[in-house]
Amino acid sequence: MSSVRTDRGIPAQGRPGPHQQLMPSADPAATTVILSASGLEKTYHKAKVAIPVLCGADFHVHEGEFLSIVGQSGSGKSTLLHLLATLDQPDAGEIYFEGNRIDCLPAVSRDILRNRYFGMIFQFYHLLPELTTLENVLMPTMIQHGVVSYWLSKSRHHKRARQLLEMVGLSHRLKHRPRELSGGEMQRAAIARSLMSEPQILLADEPTGNLDQAAGQEIMGLLRTLNQQHNLTIVMVTHDQLLARQTDRIVRLAEGRVEAS
Amino acid sequence: MYKWLLISRYLKTRYIALASIISVMLGVATLIVVNSVMSGFGQEMHNRLHGILSDVVVSSYDLNGLPDPEAHQQEIRRVLGDDVEGMTAIIQVPAMLNYQYDGQWHTFQVNLIGIDDESYAQVSDFSGYLLHPDNRQQMSFLLREDGYAVGRKNFPESGWKRRRVKAEYEKALRQQQLLESSLQVPAGPSAGEQSVPSPPDFGEAGGDDIPPTPFATEGSEEHGDAGVEFDQATEQHTGIVLGISICSIRSRDEDGEVRDYFLCAPGDDVQVTFPNSGRPPRAVSDSFTVVDLYESKMSEYDSSFAFVPLSRLQSLRGMIDQERGVSYVSAIQIKLREGADLNQARDRLQARFPAMQYGYRIETWKDMQGPLLSAVQLETMILNILLFLIIAVAGFGILATFFMIVVEKTRDIGVLKSLGAPSRGVMSIFVGYGLALGIMGAGIGTVLGLLFVENINQIADGIGWLTGREIFDPTVYYFQEIPVIVSPMAVVLVAVGSVLIAVVASLLPARKAARLHPVEALRYE
Repeated sequence: MSSVRTDRGIPAQGRPGPHQQLMPSADPAATTVILSASGLEKTYHKAKVAIPVLCGADFHVHEGEFLSIVGQSGSGKSTLLHLLATLDQPDAGEIYFEGNRIDCLPAVSRDILRNRYFGMIFQFYHLLPELTTLENVLMPTMIQHGVVSYWLSKSRHHKRARQLLEMVGLSHRLKHRPRELSGGEMQRAAIARSLMSEPQILLADEPTGNLDQAAGQEIMGLLRTLNQQHNLTIVMVTHDQLLARQTDRIVRLAEGRVEAS
Repeated sequence: MYKWLLISRYLKTRYIALASIISVMLGVATLIVVNSVMSGFGQEMHNRLHGILSDVVVSSYDLNGLPDPEAHQQEIRRVLGDDVEGMTAIIQVPAMLNYQYDGQWHTFQVNLIGIDDESYAQVSDFSGYLLHPDNRQQMSFLLREDGYAVGRKNFPESGWKRRRVKAEYEKALRQQQLLESSLQVPAGPSAGEQSVPSPPDFGEAGGDDIPPTPFATEGSEEHGDAGVEFDQATEQHTGIVLGISICSIRSRDEDGEVRDYFLCAPGDDVQVTFPNSGRPPRAVSDSFTVVDLYESKMSEYDSSFAFVPLSRLQSLRGMIDQERGVSYVSAIQIKLREGADLNQARDRLQARFPAMQYGYRIETWKDMQGPLLSAVQLETMILNILLFLIIAVAGFGILATFFMIVVEKTRDIGVLKSLGAPSRGVMSIFVGYGLALGIMGAGIGTVLGLLFVENINQIADGIGWLTGREIFDPTVYYFQEIPVIVSPMAVVLVAVGSVLIAVVASLLPARKAARLHPVEALRYE
């Protein structure tokens, strides 16, 4: 993982993909598949009772694709997303990002991966309540940089954060705290935050699950724009079939396996 | 960067942490105040004990003392060399002191000390504790005209002035009594009231407090050669310097002011009874004239010390061997030069005068006051430990508060981890938070503690005024102000120790936060 650590100095714009640092060469056949998983298994244990959630799920996402994962409650959608985002590790199976296996990386490398290459949004937005909208958006950059490094390029980071907030329509809410924003605004702020590090892929866990239909459609429109205009790969977990139909492809999970793709 | 931002926001928004800051602050402030006051008391006591006692004392267990003090002093100087700054011989003997006041005889058990007025001042701060300014410069056993305790409220007229007035009054009283006895007519109440002269007025100090016969103190009527009448108005007995508490009663007047009521003052005569050096010892009595008062503000000394001239005491006790021309003294007090090693000097003298051969007791002033100094030291140490426990309790407060904050912030910790914050980064947020609380608490506590110490007397007065009860009673402590000494090292140790406790207390919650599983943290309800 030493190669990943050297990536800190790479500018956000036009930087090479992580496979160029993680592995000396990539499989040419997998160039369009940005993220893939095979034979994923995950079992949770609660009070000595084993609850199998994923039982050999296979999955892949192409670069620039807007994909939705659907399934009933408890089908393992969020678990699959968490495994893909390296927030958790599978009991069995493998996960590859741009051809590099990422499920068995050490914690520090997975932290860097989440910070720089993956963007994440959640159903409950998960903005930090003590920080302003602008500071929340800047958070991934602050995590990436030390105090000195951050202050040296502070204006550039702020400029980008403002641009992102303007893009999601929150330029008038820079100094507002999350509790002063509506649900839709909080989710848009969360999207801006997820884009701060110019991720290769956006992983969205029920992004409209806590919003009314209009706000949900607004968020979907924003995600679609990001996908189409900025060629951002998006993997969205949802239980809403109508929303899923608006994506390029639907992956259906049932009983811990990918049923249809 | 995110760590400092979050720490600063937590400090501003989590008011529960204020409780931790306040508890650390109070602990630090209390520790600094108590430490300073204990140091002040300790140092004050140390100074006074050392001021009264010389550095090293060579004393004899024998009531007769050790012979030929000059030879002993020469030998001591030879052993200790340049370390000796001054030496004096003294006689110390238990005695009973009497004086009459308002028709009553007041009796005190005193420690009668015979001193050489010139050399004694070289080995101790004795003269610095005397009330007459001239005696402080050059001690003398001769009564001064007046000018005792200048500027001291309620101090009675003293010296020859007092003695002459008293002599006139007593002379008139005696004449009246003679006249009455010659006429053999019992004095009726009305006749007596008319004929007995009024007591003299000594101004404010005497005032209404002066009883009808304030100068009834009786000493020997004859002094020196038998048959020669002793004129009290122009002559004095051998001088004696009394501890101030032997002569006065300290209490409060109607207004609550602390006041010394003097039953005896310079110019009065007292009788002292003490054992002579015979076998078996016999009681010897003699009259002395009080020439000054001694106020060390150590109640033990002020209520028991009485100083008389060495030669007179030797003579009265029979401590001069006329045949051999050798005198005896109880002890030799030695003052060493600044920085000399007391224990080493003591050991050298003990080697020169082995106890088995000479039977001398050779001690430093610290040895003599060892139990008292050790008690104060132990008290200070125990107080420090107990007070540091206050800060430890504050540490547990931080621990509990932080566990609560970690639980409250579980989802935020999950968010940070999902954004790529490493576990050690999450941990350092909470350790940094503990450090910030510790620094703030210790910083404010240090400032408050130092301000408190700086204004401790005014604060004590204020609390006394509020509660109606004096916090620092000068009738008990004999200090006009609370003595304080701020030790910078102690302040630094207390502050740094408190910050360390705060950091250590935050470690466990921080570790818990760092170990939170991101998925579980995000799902935490």
